[in-house]
Amino acid sequence: MFDDLTAPSRRSLLAMIGRAGGSLAMYQAMTSLGHAADSQFSGPPKLSGARPGASVLVLGAGIAGLLSAYELMKAGYKVQILEFQGRTGGRNWTLRGGDTVTEIGGATQTVGFAPGNYLNPGPWRLPYHHQTMLHYCDELGVELEPFVQLNNNAFIHSAKAFGGKPQRHRELVVDFNGHVSELMAKALNQGALDQQISKEDKEKLLVAMREWGVLDKSDRYTSSIHVADRRGYDRAPGGGVGGAPIASSVNGLSDVLDSKVWNLIGFYLEYVMQQTMFQPKGGMGRIGDAFVKKVGHLIRLNTRVTRITQDDKGVAAEWTDAKTGQTGTARADFMVCTIPASILAQIPIQVSAAKQAAIKALPYNSSVKIGLEMKSRFWEKKYHIYGGHSFTDQAINLISYPSMGFFSKGPAVLLGGYPFGLGAYMLSGMTPEKRIEEALRQGSVLHEEYRDEFLKGVSVAWSRQPWIMGCCAEWTEQTRAAHYQNLASIDGRIVLAGEHVSYYGCWQEGAATSAIDAVTRLHQRALAA
Amino acid sequence: MSLTAAPRLILLAAAVVAFAGGTRPAAVSAQDKPGNKAAVEPASAGRELYEQICQACHMPDAKGGMGAGTGVPALAGNAHLADKTFVIARVWHGYGGMPRFGALLSPEQVAAVTTYVRSHFNAYPDPVTVEEVAKVADGAPPQVACNCTH
Ligand SMILES: Cc1cc2nc3c(=O)[nH]c(=O)nc-3n(C[C@H](O)[C@H](O)[C@H](O)COP(=O)(O)OP(=O)(O)OC[C@H]3O[C@@H](n4cnc5c(N)ncnc54)[C@H](O)[C@@H]3O)c2cc1C
Repeated sequence: MFDDLTAPSRRSLLAMIGRAGGSLAMYQAMTSLGHAADSQFSGPPKLSGARPGASVLVLGAGIAGLLSAYELMKAGYKVQILEFQGRTGGRNWTLRGGDTVTEIGGATQTVGFAPGNYLNPGPWRLPYHHQTMLHYCDELGVELEPFVQLNNNAFIHSAKAFGGKPQRHRELVVDFNGHVSELMAKALNQGALDQQISKEDKEKLLVAMREWGVLDKSDRYTSSIHVADRRGYDRAPGGGVGGAPIASSVNGLSDVLDSKVWNLIGFYLEYVMQQTMFQPKGGMGRIGDAFVKKVGHLIRLNTRVTRITQDDKGVAAEWTDAKTGQTGTARADFMVCTIPASILAQIPIQVSAAKQAAIKALPYNSSVKIGLEMKSRFWEKKYHIYGGHSFTDQAINLISYPSMGFFSKGPAVLLGGYPFGLGAYMLSGMTPEKRIEEALRQGSVLHEEYRDEFLKGVSVAWSRQPWIMGCCAEWTEQTRAAHYQNLASIDGRIVLAGEHVSYYGCWQEGAATSAIDAVTRLHQRALAA
Repeated sequence: MSLTAAPRLILLAAAVVAFAGGTRPAAVSAQDKPGNKAAVEPASAGRELYEQICQACHMPDAKGGMGAGTGVPALAGNAHLADKTFVIARVWHGYGGMPRFGALLSPEQVAAVTTYVRSHFNAYPDPVTVEEVAKVADGAPPQVACNCTH
């Protein structure tokens, strides 16, 4: 219907609909114009006209805190940020040669990577529909490059499949589709589904099974050059006299089932895991750094907030300097608190009982990332794997190959392990040296040259990071119903923001959209005061 | 985490009727995650479970550690552990930053690991039973009045 309307621009049309039908009508209209469905982001907040002298205290210098401070500063507020760590960015973090990581228990690692090499121990990829993050990268001049997500030539390994021999992703997916379509075709040919579907649909479905599964003339999934055109060859096509390809042999159904390849087919179909995916050039930490260029002068580092209070005149945060032991109290008219709930649950904060309960109802899951610097890119040269991930059912869960610097000489860094769940607890509970040893042992199953090529390693066990003691907040449907709105509401002069105050948990997009929502509401509150 | 345990959950639900449709936390979706299901399984003995899981935060000596709040609480010499209901609920449902293990561990495993922590790092030798775990796991988590465990 909108295609017929040529006179008003899309923007003025949307404004008209917004006025007439309210924001839901506007949202639905945007969706039908193809704008909004994949993101709630509709542009940065347009805050302006802060009352002269009005001030906001921001706790935490992660993405949520930095974004809040940036937008409030632009709106005219006097802003101060208190940050516990000696660095900015929070979970937005890149480790490079010379950096140190100290964990609960005191173990300290110094990163030994060569110049230019890095590990993103936390966030590492940005889906194309995380429009808020992409917007700020654009606005702040953070250069993005492709992050290779699906690599059909990477491995899938399971100790219980193929005698423990890693298989190429491509071969298992094609075999899985082939066997499933053969069985489906069999059921259709035997009339087993005649009650369920019409004759016409049955014919179409049979065609689909033959084409999707590359079935032979008798509707069977068998080795052939046509199948090899998908799953690969024993001898690839070439030129000249020996140019003819030789087909590869398909795997049997039960071997393919043992590999549980459907887990990964499903994984790459998840909305947040689809291409196109991006990463900042030089490391994810570049995003935090870019915000700091704007608001760095407002940040007090090494400042551990120990108590949060408010009254009808303003807010106060008591703090202790983590380096010098000096104490103090920061005051302002309003507060945006982005301290992770795992930590905030341990800090006295003067908010309603309902908000206190919400803060304490948010367990944090655990994760580990292990970076391994290797002498050369053997995964490219020998295995022809350029970016993407190989999966294993061992505790390390995956090996991920760098998405940049292809074909370059010299050392490069692999992500040598990234487990959640039990594997994460198991690896976190080890010393940093033992984690590297485990990553090398388990990784050697996929790449035999691992130990010969290994140079330096570093690991971050998220549950042992003193400033968060976990990876991300873990909501359930029950806790969402009981606590989410209580966590997000403005309480007097305090609003909470961060990944944990979003439905985009464990994504920077969640931290960013939460911050935008929080400062927008706080600004309205401040103007109304 | 709860995804990893899904196939086991079905078996458990059949074995422990009390938990079918009980208060097991629902699966989390959409977050950044590695994308595979590891074949690693939690141990059955208390000590091994402690080493596999608990020491990731509470440390091998169960003394916890310093953090940006009050830190990871010590389990060694912790008077709260006298109360079995308290410790079972913390493990099963989580609290504050403490993860919920109701989706990862069976009642037998929770009984084993809480028995180990209470007897090995504290002086509470009477074992936690599966029935005691079942009772807490099916009810609401107890509300403590003070914020003193963290
Ligand atoms: C392993 C892992 C992988 C991830 N992968 C991705 C990904 O690929 N893509 C993506 O977009 N997101 C990913 N995420 C999620 C993303 O990192 C977070 O959602 C986001 O960075 C959270 O930002 P935040 O501002 O809410 O919190 P944080 O960044 O945690 O900021 C909170 C800040 O508060 C500070 N603080 C804590 N206590 C105190 C105190 N007492 N006083 C003062 N300050 C304090 C902390 O030091 C910290 O700087 C991943 C996270 C992890 C851990």
